[in-house]
Amino acid sequence: MMESLDQIKSRIEGAVPEAKIEIVQNGSPSQQQSLLLDSEHALAIGKFLRDDPALRLDFCSNVTGVDWLDRIVKKTIKIKTAVDGVEKEVDQTTEEKIPGYLEAVYHFYSIALKHGPVIIRMRTADRAEGARLPSLTPVWRSAEFQEREIFDLYGIRFDGHPDLRRILMWDEFEDYPMRKDYVQPDDFEWEPTPHDEVLARAKQHYTLRPELDGAEALRKG
Amino acid sequence: MSEIDEKLRTELQRQGVWVTSMQELYNWGRKNSIWPLQFGLACCAIEMIATAASRYDIARFGGEVFRPSPRQADLMIVAGTVTKKMAPQIVRLYNQMADPKYVIAMGACAISGGPFKQGYNVLKGIDRYIPVDVYIPGCPPRPEALLHAFMELQRKIDEQKLTGANKAEHLKTDQPSEFPVPKFGEHDLEPAANCAVFQPPVIERT
Repeated sequence: MMESLDQIKSRIEGAVPEAKIEIVQNGSPSQQQSLLLDSEHALAIGKFLRDDPALRLDFCSNVTGVDWLDRIVKKTIKIKTAVDGVEKEVDQTTEEKIPGYLEAVYHFYSIALKHGPVIIRMRTADRAEGARLPSLTPVWRSAEFQEREIFDLYGIRFDGHPDLRRILMWDEFEDYPMRKDYVQPDDFEWEPTPHDEVLARAKQHYTLRPELDGAEALRKG
Repeated sequence: MSEIDEKLRTELQRQGVWVTSMQELYNWGRKNSIWPLQFGLACCAIEMIATAASRYDIARFGGEVFRPSPRQADLMIVAGTVTKKMAPQIVRLYNQMADPKYVIAMGACAISGGPFKQGYNVLKGIDRYIPVDVYIPGCPPRPEALLHAFMELQRKIDEQKLTGANKAEHLKTDQPSEFPVPKFGEHDLEPAANCAVFQPPVIERT
């Protein structure tokens, strides 16, 4: 049996004293919690996770990216206030704006000790162009292509990556297609049976765009 | 060939005289040795391999010689999803093939993008850049469908004229045999389609 995530966290803090680690809760039925690492010490923590004799996480099975947009979290707190001399409980709603960020998620297993997964996350400061994270490729070589894929589709730049270029899209491509605010090229064509999202796009082209655009612009040359 | 009466020809054949024309002989030879270019793009390629193997045996139609070089191939079977990253290479391969050359678009993806049509990275049909002779619907089409397409192509080759105003496209000197290779743009391929070979369907406004 692998140690619990709390034990792993405290042992990491013992090995890398300055590290700031958070446990990210997961409310879904799987209850798969993860460790949020800070960028500065991620590489040292990675080395620890791989080399520690009780963990030996020698297999990086998956690396993926997540795009979190700016979001507003509403919190309702009950506070006691005196209204006309009588004490009452009143709901007070506060809105907290959480700025968006990009996230890289790694899943590690140990082939040697047959346990896992340990999930770690890293978050960028913002969603701006050139958002950075440290690369874990020096620790787990198998992360190389997957970090390139995250760079390609989400635009996270990995410091310390040996060969960071686009892997799926062409080099001249400038967008990051898996970001939630990605805008596709407008190349709608006539569809015999549009539905759902396609129907919405079809409607835009049927009514709101009297000028030639998309496929019709092509037609005109 | 239209000069000789069909009845007379049959009659002559019965008497042991075989009359033919240069065109007929030439097309007969061409249609029975169509060498496809050996490349596959996705799951349709598996069906193409099955077609070439012993059970379906495309050799019965003279198409078993899959060539690894476009210089030796007559037929391009676009078997599978054409991603936008792959599209320029497909057009380049087509350009490198020697005339006369033919294209079969095999399966929903090669025809229209298929299930990936709404994706940002898939070409909505190879006919946007190169002329296609036979389309096969299906996802993927069965080997019988590919054989049917192959036979349709043979019929098409058989009907090609060598002379006159209706002669085959590859014999017309003013017709292009190479098509512009699309460039990788910042957001999409440039141009998104070649208007000389492709006309998108008109949007019906209601």
